[in-house]
Amino acid sequence: MSVPLDPARPLTAAGGNLRRRRRVDQMMRGVATAAAVVAVAILVIVIVTVASNGASQLSIGFLTKDPTAELGAAGGGIASAIVGSAMIVAVATAMALPIGVLIAIYLTEFSKPRTARPIRLALDLLNGMPSIVIAVFVYGLLVEGHQQTGFAASFALAIIMVPLLARTTQEMLRLVPQELRDASHALGINRWRTIVGIVLPSALGGILTGTVLAVARAAGETAPMLLLSSIFGVGTTINVFGTALPNIPYTIFSDSESSFPADHARAWGAALVLIAFILVGNLTARAMLARQRRIMSR
Amino acid sequence: MSAMPAATGLPTRRRLGDRLGDRLLFGLAILASLTAVVVIALIIYKLISGASASISTFGLGFLWHSTWNPASSAGVADANVFGAGTLIFGTVVTSAISLLIAVPLGVAIGVYLSLLAPGRVGAVIGPLVELLAAIPSVILGLWGIIILAPVMRSTIEPALHGAFGFIPIFGMPSATGLGVFTAGVVLAIMVLPIIASISRDLFLSVPRELKDGALALGATRWEMIRGVVLDSTRPGLAAATILGLSRALGEAIAVTQLMGAGSVLSGNLFNTGDSLASRLAEQVTNPQSSQQLAALFYCAVILLAMELVVNLAAQLIVRHFERNQGVLR
Repeated sequence: MSVPLDPARPLTAAGGNLRRRRRVDQMMRGVATAAAVVAVAILVIVIVTVASNGASQLSIGFLTKDPTAELGAAGGGIASAIVGSAMIVAVATAMALPIGVLIAIYLTEFSKPRTARPIRLALDLLNGMPSIVIAVFVYGLLVEGHQQTGFAASFALAIIMVPLLARTTQEMLRLVPQELRDASHALGINRWRTIVGIVLPSALGGILTGTVLAVARAAGETAPMLLLSSIFGVGTTINVFGTALPNIPYTIFSDSESSFPADHARAWGAALVLIAFILVGNLTARAMLARQRRIMSR
Repeated sequence: MSAMPAATGLPTRRRLGDRLGDRLLFGLAILASLTAVVVIALIIYKLISGASASISTFGLGFLWHSTWNPASSAGVADANVFGAGTLIFGTVVTSAISLLIAVPLGVAIGVYLSLLAPGRVGAVIGPLVELLAAIPSVILGLWGIIILAPVMRSTIEPALHGAFGFIPIFGMPSATGLGVFTAGVVLAIMVLPIIASISRDLFLSVPRELKDGALALGATRWEMIRGVVLDSTRPGLAAATILGLSRALGEAIAVTQLMGAGSVLSGNLFNTGDSLASRLAEQVTNPQSSQQLAALFYCAVILLAMELVVNLAAQLIVRHFERNQGVLR
């Protein structure tokens, strides 16, 4: 495109050159389309293999029974892992949600550009930090010299969730029209009542959506589980602070590394439960987000 | 006049609540924000202090020595001598493989979604590609072990060896299908949605007049894409690649499942290997000695340093990019 145009030459000379250019154009467009097809195909293949291998495992018993105690034996279920995962993620969300929302409130309602920059940077760095590094950090902080607990895993998940929650909440708070805040101030309502009574409720749907996404992300995190909640018994327990809790990601991980076919089967079943939870969470969140954006930007 | 309450006419309790509430909310918000900064500082401090014994014993030589000998029994040569050379090599090679696959593919998907796809098709495929990022790495690892590895062993690796066997990196296929190459391929699946969605957004931000101008000058669509779209978004694409690299460097779980936990540095991509992140995943919970745990923390420090450098680089590019928005985009 940097070649200077010769005004005497017609731009669309119908020669072999044009035919070649058209062919290259078609080829490259085909390549781009094929790349998109490949990506969708990978997604479909992964989901279909998990579904077809996991479906044969899925039964009421699989969801409600604890795993069998013998090594590599068939039968048993993942009830303890489902309960454990739910507990760990719930405690993590209870820690991360208020902090994430408060950070977003600070960034959108209070901060000046100079004070916001280091906090944005910290959030970006936290977001880019590998979950295994966060897990090693929490291992050194809470587990080394003590013992694994479900809470340690919750703590690591909370560190992973905070930047996600802060970002989506911030996005939603920014969509709340400035006129609402101005109108509230004009009525003599002060700042915190405006934020708590007007800004947050308007953004509530978006904050919920962000929470669903963060929970879906946290539920699949395996590295923190491996380091912080992987040595546990077979029974169901909800004692988050006292012991390590069985959980779905670690069940899939250890069963996938096993050489017993019965363990592989259990891994597929657990993977199906996990992927179904994550996909449903993501799809509902997406639908809610689209709706929320439409309503707020009206 | 008397019907209009002056500001001072508000009930004092309410005014007190106003002032206290304002202070409280501001205090809580700033406290939460500082927590984020403090956590980063604490992570850096805790990892370095955990690694200090190893850092003072092995120094920077840890980065290239490849012995990893956690033998606790006395009398064994090189007992408790550690080095991360093999692991850094494994991390760099798997990440490089994943980027070599995912960057061209992801940019092509970005081109398709932003410039070629008919509206409704793009609206379906775009979210599907992003959904790929939601699949947990442990499930991709499970899929890799049971489905992909046998295909690698029986078909793809022999084919690559047959075609490019004269290049040493495509050596003898592995016995299990597990190895550096398989891990890199599955990492590419994780990096792909990041590159694809960032490059789509970048390409959408190229001003319409530039694209239309190129087409009006008689350029074909591909010439327009190459000359205008790809050319003007080059810094953004660099940032996207770096963010993809950040994802690949730190992945522990799928790499642990697929790399085969090898301990020998090998030029053959089909051999087993190990990376910083996966060594952490394998050994932190059951170290045989305090020296081994310190060495593992040293590995975590190296990984953290790599990630910080990579993320800051991406930040700098994005900042630079935003400042020159008018020109670059």
